[in-house]
Amino acid sequence: MTMSANANDRPVVLEIAGLCKNFGGIATEAGYEGGLWAVRDFDLTVRQGELVGLIGPNGAGKTTVFNMVSGLLSATSGQVNYYGRNLVGQPAYAITQAGIGRTFQNIRVFPKLTVLDNVRIAYHPHAGYGLVNAILQDATFERKEREMVEKAQDLLALFNLQDRQEELASNLPYGEQRRLEIARALAAEPKLLLLDEPAAGMNPKETHVLMDMTHFIREKFHLTIVLIEHQMRVVMGICEWITVMDFGQIICRGDADLICNDPKVIEAYLGKAGRRV
Amino acid sequence: MQKTLGRFTLFLRRRWYIALILVLVLLWLLNHARQNPQLFAQFVVDGLRLGFVYALVALGYTMVYGIVRLINFAHGDVFMIGAFTAYYASTRWHWSLIPTMLLAMVVCSFLAVVIERVAYKPLREAPRIAALITAIGVSFFLEYFTALDFVFTPNFISFTPLPIKFQSWDVAGITVSNIMFIVIGVSTFFLVLLYYIVYRTKLGKAMRAVAWDKPTARLMGIDVDWVISFTFALGAALAGVGGMLYVIVYPQVRTFLGVMPGLKSFIAAVFGGIGSIPGAFVGALSIGMIENLCGAYLSSTLRDLIVFAILIAVLLYKPTGLFGETAKEKA
Amino acid sequence: MKKSRFRFLGQSALFWLAVLAVFLVAEWIVMPRMTEFRKVGWIIFPCIMAVIAMGLNLIYGFNGQFSLGQWGFYAIGAYAAADVTYRFAARVTYPVQGIVFRLPPVLQRVIPMAQVELFHFDAGKSALLLGAVLFGGLLAGLISLGFGYIVLLRLGSDYFGIATLGFTVMVQVLLINSDRVLPETKGARGMIGIPQMTSFFWAFIFLIVVVVVMRNIIYSSVGRAVMSVREDEVAAQAMGIDTLRYKVMSFVVGSLFAGLAGGLYAHLYAFLSPLYFDFVKSFDPMIIIVFGGLGNMTGTIIATFLWALTVEGLRIWLPQGFEAWRFVVYPIALLLLMLFRQQGLLGRRELGFLRAPKWPLRKTVAEPIPEAAEAGAPKEGR
Repeated sequence: MTMSANANDRPVVLEIAGLCKNFGGIATEAGYEGGLWAVRDFDLTVRQGELVGLIGPNGAGKTTVFNMVSGLLSATSGQVNYYGRNLVGQPAYAITQAGIGRTFQNIRVFPKLTVLDNVRIAYHPHAGYGLVNAILQDATFERKEREMVEKAQDLLALFNLQDRQEELASNLPYGEQRRLEIARALAAEPKLLLLDEPAAGMNPKETHVLMDMTHFIREKFHLTIVLIEHQMRVVMGICEWITVMDFGQIICRGDADLICNDPKVIEAYLGKAGRRV
Repeated sequence: MQKTLGRFTLFLRRRWYIALILVLVLLWLLNHARQNPQLFAQFVVDGLRLGFVYALVALGYTMVYGIVRLINFAHGDVFMIGAFTAYYASTRWHWSLIPTMLLAMVVCSFLAVVIERVAYKPLREAPRIAALITAIGVSFFLEYFTALDFVFTPNFISFTPLPIKFQSWDVAGITVSNIMFIVIGVSTFFLVLLYYIVYRTKLGKAMRAVAWDKPTARLMGIDVDWVISFTFALGAALAGVGGMLYVIVYPQVRTFLGVMPGLKSFIAAVFGGIGSIPGAFVGALSIGMIENLCGAYLSSTLRDLIVFAILIAVLLYKPTGLFGETAKEKA
Repeated sequence: MKKSRFRFLGQSALFWLAVLAVFLVAEWIVMPRMTEFRKVGWIIFPCIMAVIAMGLNLIYGFNGQFSLGQWGFYAIGAYAAADVTYRFAARVTYPVQGIVFRLPPVLQRVIPMAQVELFHFDAGKSALLLGAVLFGGLLAGLISLGFGYIVLLRLGSDYFGIATLGFTVMVQVLLINSDRVLPETKGARGMIGIPQMTSFFWAFIFLIVVVVVMRNIIYSSVGRAVMSVREDEVAAQAMGIDTLRYKVMSFVVGSLFAGLAGGLYAHLYAFLSPLYFDFVKSFDPMIIIVFGGLGNMTGTIIATFLWALTVEGLRIWLPQGFEAWRFVVYPIALLLLMLFRQQGLLGRRELGFLRAPKWPLRKTVAEPIPEAAEAGAPKEGR
């Protein structure tokens, strides 16, 4: 919220244009036949350092957009430009290695691995050694392992999880698993972070903590953040501007005040009756 | 059916090289057919006969997998028990065909339900590997227990007299036997009956519901345990019939009888799309034909190799089998 | 006292001395008291089986890919090694012995020339065996690379298992027909005349090396990447892990181990038959690793020996005339195991040097975000 005056001078981190996803249709020369358009003509431009929101009723296609950006789902058409590079068609791991991290709606920590291992896995692409070093356990291996552990422990400590480092991730309570997921996503050293409903299942106090934490990590790790969320308090509280989706398409975009009063948004959430409200 | 055919032609149009391979294979077959039509027809007929028997067994695999996601390794051995039942009924008590068949069905169904209740049901919530290992254990148990001297003995026993007298006719140079008609006729009857049960009765609907989503089916008032047991019983009954027919065609029983036909039928079920009933049927007929034709025209020793190679090739193109559910994109 | 910095394969000098001690105890104290039959069946063969099981544990227990192909690679390794021995026996043993002959007499006394009762360590034969086994392993590894890459690209879980099952069957069929291409293998009649060069020494060395290598892989970033694929492929991808690469890597390493085991097996009994490599037997390593605990290295080793003891032991312990019952008892034991202890013998616990290395928390670790600290330190009761 501080640098908005110079917002347009900052480089564009993510530029999505015309992104579409069709499920189950048959590709013909004339386009797609049948099937369901989960996302249609989605656009988004996010500049460095911004914290923006993506909201909409359930089934609007928000997570589908995230999945396409992070490469877990193939896009039917459209472009996803990350610092100018088109990522459509790239495998998911390459996209993450390029600097896009994400968390998941239903937490996907590695259940039977320890907390420390969960974080260390995200450091793997930057591990600095390969299979042979691992087998021989040479000096490079020892040095890099130590570095990784230290970085991982520091990161865990940031989230107050350092005492849980030997605990299996599945044994953690919900809130801690959420923090672990965020910590793990940060371990991948992203420049762009996609948070998918990070506040899901949290009580008001935890939500407040999450909001502060989000600001903190944006500053500390120089991130750009796109956030999907249902809890309006979170969205209105921290997002600089918000994109609203419904039935796979954008219905509104703007800051909190604008979208709150937009009739289409109200209709999407409350139905036609809501327009009278 | 139309949709599948449509998708198939679209698939062929896209991957022209597959269409080319298929055309080449067809031409090669037709060439053989042209050289010796009677022999070719004989092989086709024998292949069909084998395929129908495989179909009966494959349906059991596919139904069980569809409903509890378990590869029931013991199914081939239930098939073997059916064969032995037929053997004893026919040779010791001189029963005729229909009573023998009914007895085989009853015995196999009963056995399958017992196995399900004792070995599989307790592991329904367990990781799938546990159920798989258990299935392997049951399979081994059936094979080796019956091989003990006081049960069936490990010997190869020849099946005479058959419950029906063997009769063959020469039709335009092809040897056709009454056994063949019986195999195809009985198999077709049961396949139609199965189709009817699964797609036209309420019980069948319950089966499909449980296969789709167990907890919700329970909430709808379906007695899931009973439906699962029934599915096992149904599959086993068909396997029993298949066992009887198999040893009528190849009149020799032994306790390891079920191993290879079981494997082949399982492959057929996977080939057609495991979990899909029409898939199992088509898969089994295909595998039976391929096996016979390959054995006849290529090499009987390399036959199994070719069948598996074709299976792997098909799986690589369509991982879920010909009629399987299209693999969903995960997120 | 300053801790020695000597490390071989990541393990300390103390470790290797302990390994040597175990070997000497087994070789000099335990084995002389056993019959030849028991030596092979209770000690040497289980070492070989453990190598296969460790490989399978890497592929399935740690990486999550259900593979029934170990037995096929075991067969490939066995026949490849046997063929190498067949072709190159004289061409390797004599030159090597020739070299040893030319060494200064002092060294010659250390490297035994003839068949020495000590460790059956004959330079020439050892070179041959080593070469043959390594060749078997490498060939298995290469084939698994090709097969694995193509198959893992498209198939997962059950279907991968089916494809590998198909592979094992195909290998067996090829071996049955191998006499058309390689007459010395005599196809279905079985290959005879393979020199019995596998001694406890070699089986033990290979087992130890395989175990240490596995341990080193698992407790490294590579191992963690491998395990992440098992845990959640999608999440692993999202964390930047190229899941295909690690699936193929695990498959190749695991299959390579099976190939090595095959090479050792070929030179254990003087006879190789393709009928031994049928797909039913391919479940044995699977049963062993489930028995020991999936993803548990210690468990695999213990389970292998227990399994071998059971299968062989039953033969001895069952009353006369009831030997055939051992194949009935075995599946019943399997059923009971699955019903009552699915997680296997040791579940998740590892023992001894196979335990995960601990990284104690440093005092100088960063401070938590005040908000996170507020969120409730784990110490507060839950």
